[in-house]
Amino acid sequence: MTNDEIKKVVIDIISDIAPDEDTSNLKPDVRLREQLQLDSMDFLDIVMELRKRYGIEVPEAEYIKLATLDSCAEYLGPKFAALGK
Amino acid sequence: MLLAGGWLALFIPFFMKQSRVVITGVGLTAPNGNSLAEFRQNLLNGIAGIERIDVRYMGSQLAGVCHYDALKYQKKKEVRVGTRAGSIAIYCAREALANSKVNFDAQAKDRVGIYIGCTEHGNVETENEIYNISKFNYDTKYWSHYHNPRSVANNPAGETSLSLGITGPAYTIGAACAAGNMGLIHATQMLRLGEVDFAICGGVSESIHTFGIFAGFKSQNALATHEDPKKASRPFDKARNGIVISEGGCLYTLERLEDAQARGAKIYAEIAGYHVNSDASDYVLPNPERQSECIQKAIARAGMTPRDIDLVNTHATATPLGDIQETQGIRTVFADSPDTLVNNTKSFIGHAMGAAGALELAGNLPSFDDLIVHPTINVDDLDPQCALPGLVLNQPRKAKRIDAILNNSFGMLGINSALIVKRFVA
Repeated sequence: MTNDEIKKVVIDIISDIAPDEDTSNLKPDVRLREQLQLDSMDFLDIVMELRKRYGIEVPEAEYIKLATLDSCAEYLGPKFAALGK
Repeated sequence: MLLAGGWLALFIPFFMKQSRVVITGVGLTAPNGNSLAEFRQNLLNGIAGIERIDVRYMGSQLAGVCHYDALKYQKKKEVRVGTRAGSIAIYCAREALANSKVNFDAQAKDRVGIYIGCTEHGNVETENEIYNISKFNYDTKYWSHYHNPRSVANNPAGETSLSLGITGPAYTIGAACAAGNMGLIHATQMLRLGEVDFAICGGVSESIHTFGIFAGFKSQNALATHEDPKKASRPFDKARNGIVISEGGCLYTLERLEDAQARGAKIYAEIAGYHVNSDASDYVLPNPERQSECIQKAIARAGMTPRDIDLVNTHATATPLGDIQETQGIRTVFADSPDTLVNNTKSFIGHAMGAAGALELAGNLPSFDDLIVHPTINVDDLDPQCALPGLVLNQPRKAKRIDAILNNSFGMLGINSALIVKRFVA
């Protein structure tokens, strides 16, 4: 999965858990919480959806790595690769 | 000291002037209407709101479904994160506030109380999560982190406090199907105690979203069946065969009379009296003796006699035994009051559980203005055991006088509530 594809995965999840938010022009290098109204429960939702949809586990100590779309792609890339995606 | 305290408790009621409490706003969603005006019109026009829905594990079932616009007062995310009961409560609370025309921005939010009756809460949320993890081999790491805030018993009141920024007491009252009345009764008590200055109260239900309620009633042989959904809920009819489960909500704004008058509020009715008691006799079977006692004590507390009650809203749910027992109780109390009229709202909307009492009262409130009593519908063949002289069958009836309405709501484990509201006279 390419970085852009991983970013789209994350954006799709965010669109589902925060349906009032405009996710069409997110800046990849800016923290998601600075661009969207997301709280800690929403980040738990992102983690849960990664688990449900892709079988990917994000340990609590590594939640910080989901801060931006770029960091998501960087962090999740090897996990998707490990799953053969 | 104990003796002195006891004597004091006895005498205080005689010396204290009890505050008069009035209804100043109504917000509701019912299977046949999303405002008091629409609801009332459909009750007068004989329009029921029962349909078929797909219930998990059970397939097609009859139910009363509300079709209000949740996004009128909530963001999509709030609807997703919250519960159906919370959403219904928010809709009803905000509609009631708008209806009351109170300047809510100026209201001290820590002096506002939210008291919402619920038959049950948490079944829907728990069933959903169990179904969810069933798709993941029952691995609990897929269990939602929202489960606890969704399933706590105070959820509908808590979501309402969040939505409106109300920092006063906000909680639910569990009282089975007597809960709608209990919301109003409890709010009246809190206003009279001076605990709050403004109350949002009534009842809500999301019960059509839990298969367990349907399955439970079915196992009791108490779930209605009928080929025509709109004819399925038929209290007092010989062919009645059980309950139609519904969702819904109705919340009122209640204020002390002086506060309502000071702001020039429209007053729908005054709380005249109430009583709550328990059967202490069975888990599910009603007890006509205790129900009569509950009604009689409410009438006495209102300083009335049965002849002063112009209209009785029955709780009757269309179970074969329950309807007979309630009418038996009413027959006893109103034996010398031939002009008292009797109706039923569940024939239109099914049994809205925790919302039932509050919704049913709302449907009758406009009778103070137009003197028209909506009927109980679907009575094609009146069960003689349910016959009452004042039963308004199938067509609305013009009353000679509507000055006092008795609202009955009874629930499982034998909780009975009777609430009397009267025409407001300054």
